[in-house]
Amino acid sequence: MAMNELSQTLAPAGVEQRNWFEAAKRHRALLASLFVLVFPLVMPFTALAVNILIYGLYALGFNLLFGYLGLLSFGHAALFGTGAYLCGIAIVHFALPWYVAIAMGVLGGTAMAALIGALAIRTRGIYFAMVTMALAQCVYYLFYQAIDWTGGENGLRGINVRAIDIFGMKFDFINPLTRYYVVAGFVILALYVLSRILASPFGAVIEAVRENEARARASGYNVTLTRLITFVLSGAFCGLAGALAALHLSIVPIEIMHYETSGMVVMMSLLGGMGTFFGPFVGAAVFLLLENLVSLWTVHWQLFVGAVFVVCVLFFPAGIWGTILKRVRP
Amino acid sequence: MTKKITKSGLLSRRRLLTSVGAGAVLAASPFRINLLQAQEATIKVGFPVPLTGPYGTEAQDQVRAAEVAIAEFNEGGGLNGRKAELLVRDDKLNPGEAATRTLELIEKEKVSFIVGSLSAAVQLAVNNVTKERQIIFNSISQSDTINEASDFSKYTFHEALNPHLTAGAVGRYAFPKFGKKVAFLTADYAYGHEMVRGFQEAGKAFGIETLVDIRHPIGTTDFSALLPRIQALKPDILCISNFGRDQQIALKQATDFGMKKSMKIIVPIMLYTGRIAAGPQAFEGVIGGTSYYWGIEDKIASAKAFNDRFRKMHGGKVPSDYGALGYGGVKTLLMGAKAANSLEADKVIAAIEALKYDYYKGPQYYRKCDHQSAQSVLIIESKASPQKGDADVFNVVETEAPNDANLRSCEALGHKV
Amino acid sequence: MPGLSFDLIAMQLFTGLALGAIYVLFAIGLSLIFGMLTVVNFAHGAFYMVGAYVGLFLISLGGNFWLCLVAVPLIVGISGMIVERFLIRPLYGRGIDYPLLLTFGLSYIMVELIRIGFGTSGYPFDTPDLLQGAVNIGIGYFPLYRLFVIGAAAVVLLGLWLFLERTSFGLIIRAGARDPQIVRVLGVDVARVWLYVFGIGTAIAGLAGLLAAPLQGVIPEMGANILAEAFVVTVVGGMGSIGGAVIAGLLVGVVISMTSLFAPEMAKVSIFALMAIVLLIRPQGFFGRAGLMS
Repeated sequence: MAMNELSQTLAPAGVEQRNWFEAAKRHRALLASLFVLVFPLVMPFTALAVNILIYGLYALGFNLLFGYLGLLSFGHAALFGTGAYLCGIAIVHFALPWYVAIAMGVLGGTAMAALIGALAIRTRGIYFAMVTMALAQCVYYLFYQAIDWTGGENGLRGINVRAIDIFGMKFDFINPLTRYYVVAGFVILALYVLSRILASPFGAVIEAVRENEARARASGYNVTLTRLITFVLSGAFCGLAGALAALHLSIVPIEIMHYETSGMVVMMSLLGGMGTFFGPFVGAAVFLLLENLVSLWTVHWQLFVGAVFVVCVLFFPAGIWGTILKRVRP
Repeated sequence: MTKKITKSGLLSRRRLLTSVGAGAVLAASPFRINLLQAQEATIKVGFPVPLTGPYGTEAQDQVRAAEVAIAEFNEGGGLNGRKAELLVRDDKLNPGEAATRTLELIEKEKVSFIVGSLSAAVQLAVNNVTKERQIIFNSISQSDTINEASDFSKYTFHEALNPHLTAGAVGRYAFPKFGKKVAFLTADYAYGHEMVRGFQEAGKAFGIETLVDIRHPIGTTDFSALLPRIQALKPDILCISNFGRDQQIALKQATDFGMKKSMKIIVPIMLYTGRIAAGPQAFEGVIGGTSYYWGIEDKIASAKAFNDRFRKMHGGKVPSDYGALGYGGVKTLLMGAKAANSLEADKVIAAIEALKYDYYKGPQYYRKCDHQSAQSVLIIESKASPQKGDADVFNVVETEAPNDANLRSCEALGHKV
Repeated sequence: MPGLSFDLIAMQLFTGLALGAIYVLFAIGLSLIFGMLTVVNFAHGAFYMVGAYVGLFLISLGGNFWLCLVAVPLIVGISGMIVERFLIRPLYGRGIDYPLLLTFGLSYIMVELIRIGFGTSGYPFDTPDLLQGAVNIGIGYFPLYRLFVIGAAAVVLLGLWLFLERTSFGLIIRAGARDPQIVRVLGVDVARVWLYVFGIGTAIAGLAGLLAAPLQGVIPEMGANILAEAFVVTVVGGMGSIGGAVIAGLLVGVVISMTSLFAPEMAKVSIFALMAIVLLIRPQGFFGRAGLMS
């Protein structure tokens, strides 16, 4: 705020333009919330809109690590999946209320991130990506074999929440729009929290570690601990996304733990633009929309998805959202 | 039924207006209203199958056969003039995608029925979504789990065979003929375990001895590390209980290791499309089960009629086993609706439960407790080489008639009788 | 465990080595490309699959398997060079993520084009007549074709080693991997070197696909299956190290075959566990350079 006022007095020219951009940036969570509210109107069907919210959140959580800290993980499916399974297990096996189940999902993602993070954090670069992938595969196997709890290859079924009660009011959770807005509520909450984290001093440390690790260390920051905490925070967001996925589809398929789910979130982030706040969300939306729309009129939809990737990499290296930001930024 | 949908749609919308302000925008949008009007016109049947991915060939054949059922229904005048329409969706062999697509079909397209799926996990996912929303679902892929009380609902039907029945039938044919020392090579997931259980149950009567049960991960591309151990045990019979691609590779490599010389290989389900893809050499002499093989048209009139219609619509091709299930799955629901003279779920369910039908493979009926289609199982043997055209790949060596006793009992499945 | 004998364990070990031969072939191309170009080639599996399909196509035109052994690497290698020249070259200097994403998209395109051209279901691929049957190797009978694959892998490795160590072009490649800047200053056309390296890497992948075809048949998805396992091999061996890829490839083969004997359902996860253990103890793999890509 103070910085903004300072820049206003120092640079009167072009201030108007910069003002709206800065204002938009400051209120990005609010703007995103407004967008999320009208989003299902423009989507082909509501269930897809919910998926986009969920995968957008998953990509957002991933991007905290990848875009802001600069660590590429290939094992995020384990965090997303643990969140989904724990939420599902809380409902199917313990008949806990839905909000407790969501909390279990967040907790599950966080705990799994702490476990994988503690083991993997001292490896670097491409090796970090590979260790996280290997550990995530071991987690996959663990959940695959725990048939009594997870349903194994058949998946976990029966996460059937018919009604949701918020402050004494009951909502029909089978109704697609209700489901959308309940999920949207959590996603908006997560957007605010993430925006606050990035704007906090800790957010500055995260970016300092990415930009120059040696300097960050010399400035007295504990680089390893920063990495671990960011990984765990990322796990909490992904766990929440997983829990919402379980509630939305009323099942948890074992595929959620597969390394393709890890790879997908990397692609979404890159497609949308890593290191930007909304890039991953845009990437998730474009990816899922493409897949859903093109697969309606041709079985060869993968050809188009592949071509979009190639074109994006060659001509829009900053990602879709990154490119848009570059154009509009005054 | 249509009135009911509209009414409940209004109801939920009204509830939304009070809860979420933004919902009002949507409720008023012309887009939504168009949809409600459109569904007056036809009876929509949702059809999620894995068009892309490793079972694309089978899935595309399921669609072809389902189109035959829709065409026949419409030519027969539909339901009091109301025509049926098939809405095909790609489930990508992924339960999450299948659940999303099922939600689209129900919530946006307002389908009356869902038929489809090819893997056990996908059918259970679709089933969970449909039973919550009280939409009738007819599964056309194999699983024992879907019959069990925890997954079953009155909206659930299962037109396909289940592994218990198929494996049992193959076992009842093979154990007295080829010997009692049996080795199992099994895909390590529910479907694989269910097939082994089917063999074991059937084997009790013949006193079979299980030498080993080796569980391999699904998607194994090399079985060479598993075969020497089986060879060393010298079994009479090797039961390979896996599916699709795993089965093709396992048979191919077992042949390469010379295992057919010393033992008989049997498989619970032998796919027509799998045999075509893998060639005659790998499958030669293997005994398996199937729900349908086009060659039964010499003996069964309904099969002849179905094959001819299929050939006419699809350029002379014959339907595959999984394809035929697509026909049966759609046909039974539509005929049920016709018999009930309604689309109301409860009336249609009652009508389907009462059906005694012979649409394409001889007599069939749905068992009351779990809506499993009781039907014949064909025991087939793969030929050394096709004789009458490329499609002539199997000999039907025996037909096990439909019989409740060969299914898992209603009590064992957890149903109250 | 009943039926466990010395012969069986020896046989199992041997089977593991044979299995490892395909991993080695697949992974050295991957490792070569990574070591020289720092490109994580996600399309490597697609080139492997294309190799099998090119072989299938040539045989259907009347060619034979032996001709394919020469023609397939050539055709796949040339298509690899085209890909490098027009798609990957513009990305050098932009960081590791971009070639990764591009090759990921490319693999989708290649698989789908094959599906359009050859259909979604697979094809059988007959073992060449000369290599059918099994031979007694002292501890039991072993398929002749698998022995041939071990031999073919050894020949390719030997050839590659001679090429890199004994030719002047090989010298340039090795120097280019160490420090492309200096090599460029010395007047060497580094871009051309990288073009050939990518061509050689994909050619070996194509050959591996052709060799795998008689073992398991041919389907459009065959490349995706092996890619994850090959990443394990290259990472365990040390990214960019060819010697590491060879040792790790054989090790992965043996680990799979030994777990197949004692706990078959764990065969797939065992290699990931192996990778996790190796990397936690030695983060750069067996022969990787520490600090690379960090």
